[in-house]
Amino acid sequence: MKITEKEVRYVAGLANLRLSDEEIARLRQDLDGILEHMDKLNEIDTSGVEPMAQVLFEGGDTLRPDVPHEPLGSHSALANAPQPGNGYFKVPKVIER
Amino acid sequence: MDIATLTIDRVRAGLLAREFSAAELAGEALRFAAAENPRTNAYLRLCEERALDQARRVDQALARGEDPGPLAGVPVAVKDVIVTRGVTTTCASRLLENYVPPYDATAIVKLEAAGGVILGKTNCDEFAMGSSNENSAYGVVRNPVAPDRVPGGSSGGSAAVVAQGTAVVSLGSDTGGSVRQPASFCGVVGITPTYGRVSRYGLTAYASSLDHIGPFARSVKDAAVLLGVIAGHDPHDATSAAAPVPDYSAHLDGNVKGLKLGLPLEYLKHLTGESRDLLLKAVDVLKRLGCEVREISLPATDYAIACYYIIATAEASSNLARYDGVRYTMRAASAATLSGMYRETRGEGFGAECKRRIMLGTYVLSAGYYDAYYLKAQKVRTLIARDFANAFQQVDAVVAPVSPFPAFKLGEKMDDPLAMYLSDIYTITGSLAGIPCMSVPCGRTGDGLPVGMQILTRHFDETTMLKLADAYERTN
Repeated sequence: MKITEKEVRYVAGLANLRLSDEEIARLRQDLDGILEHMDKLNEIDTSGVEPMAQVLFEGGDTLRPDVPHEPLGSHSALANAPQPGNGYFKVPKVIER
Repeated sequence: MDIATLTIDRVRAGLLAREFSAAELAGEALRFAAAENPRTNAYLRLCEERALDQARRVDQALARGEDPGPLAGVPVAVKDVIVTRGVTTTCASRLLENYVPPYDATAIVKLEAAGGVILGKTNCDEFAMGSSNENSAYGVVRNPVAPDRVPGGSSGGSAAVVAQGTAVVSLGSDTGGSVRQPASFCGVVGITPTYGRVSRYGLTAYASSLDHIGPFARSVKDAAVLLGVIAGHDPHDATSAAAPVPDYSAHLDGNVKGLKLGLPLEYLKHLTGESRDLLLKAVDVLKRLGCEVREISLPATDYAIACYYIIATAEASSNLARYDGVRYTMRAASAATLSGMYRETRGEGFGAECKRRIMLGTYVLSAGYYDAYYLKAQKVRTLIARDFANAFQQVDAVVAPVSPFPAFKLGEKMDDPLAMYLSDIYTITGSLAGIPCMSVPCGRTGDGLPVGMQILTRHFDETTMLKLADAYERTN
């Protein structure tokens, strides 16, 4: 077995995902099969091989000219907020006074 | 005028001859799309007002004697992962059911600047994660060719509307095959351009080192025109490439004599049945057109699925962290604490496949596993890219299958995620290498199911790829 239910719960915590017991059981089974397939990677020799993080074929300058422009504005930026207020995104209280 | 078989050229000729106006065409196209959509569920919504406003602008430009642009009046559909200002963009997720973007993606801006008329937004797998379009929160899409079968995914809706004739061309997105595979399943042309060729500004991020925007069309020429419109550098996307954009459609002369093509041994090894027969028949046609075909080897192919599903899910787990109940419309009602709000919102909002990929991606990035999975996969990615670089020392293009099988039945693979992942084998290699690749229809099985041939070329050599696909298409 590649992964236990306890590990699935731990990873769900890292990912901030609330999962039901049924989902945990199902995911354990799915991830187990998938991770077993991933073990294939142990067969291939990668010593001395550089990791590829991005398709890099162009060095050079990717910065745009620093020209001032109109920003989106807080009205537009907040238009999709579940709970806007006073120009901010409101969230449940984090610090108790 | 048969709206279901329109081409870009036909629209242009009709407008210039005053046979119809852009507004008349848009109205007709919207009515047709609304009437036909219940058969496939390919559109999530039509944007009548935006379409008609844009069509009137095209008519005004024509009336002033101005060049209305290469896509003037052409009805276009757009996958619902590409943001459209003022038009709800859901990514086929419950989480974004009411999300109305405050800006347009660069591809959208370019498309409309060229005169294109956006009819609506198309269904897809949630956040573009899937190979069958069955992961949409708003219902499956039916393949217009065979309604009991999937249209492919994740851009299933964008492939289906073009096949069905409810749009002339469309935009999809491709991370591991999400344009090419549905194109092959629905019998249309689908292009994944070179990584960086088309700006992703406004494309909802799934796996940033692999995401592309790409066109669908009923002909290679139309796909080439649309690609030419959306390609090019964009100051809003630091990964977009500065390389000049050729006039792709001007190069479609049918002459492919002397081009060297490679057939990967590793791909043919497991390919069986009619998918194999049709591909080999298409290769014979290319030979008759004067291409030289040889077998090549891409030895890292067997490791591509594992490599892709580690890298893509790792990136997805980071990209999807933003859907936390703070900014994007949905917040779980039960949330009393900040951390509870994150967990509840994400638990309620994401569908099963998104959760699976977030979990897998979080796992492979977590302490103790990073080197074994993520770093290892990145090294294997180098080997896969190197395979193609080596191949392109000997050949001008690689010819390959798109999928191991034609469109499968709805529900057939939903209980086995690994089997679904494994079906992406022929498309993810090109994605990992970042090279241009496309699917062009190469016939139908005895049951009438379309099959596509994949053509892959060197970075930024879309021209050779399109020339080959066009020359092949002309023989049909």
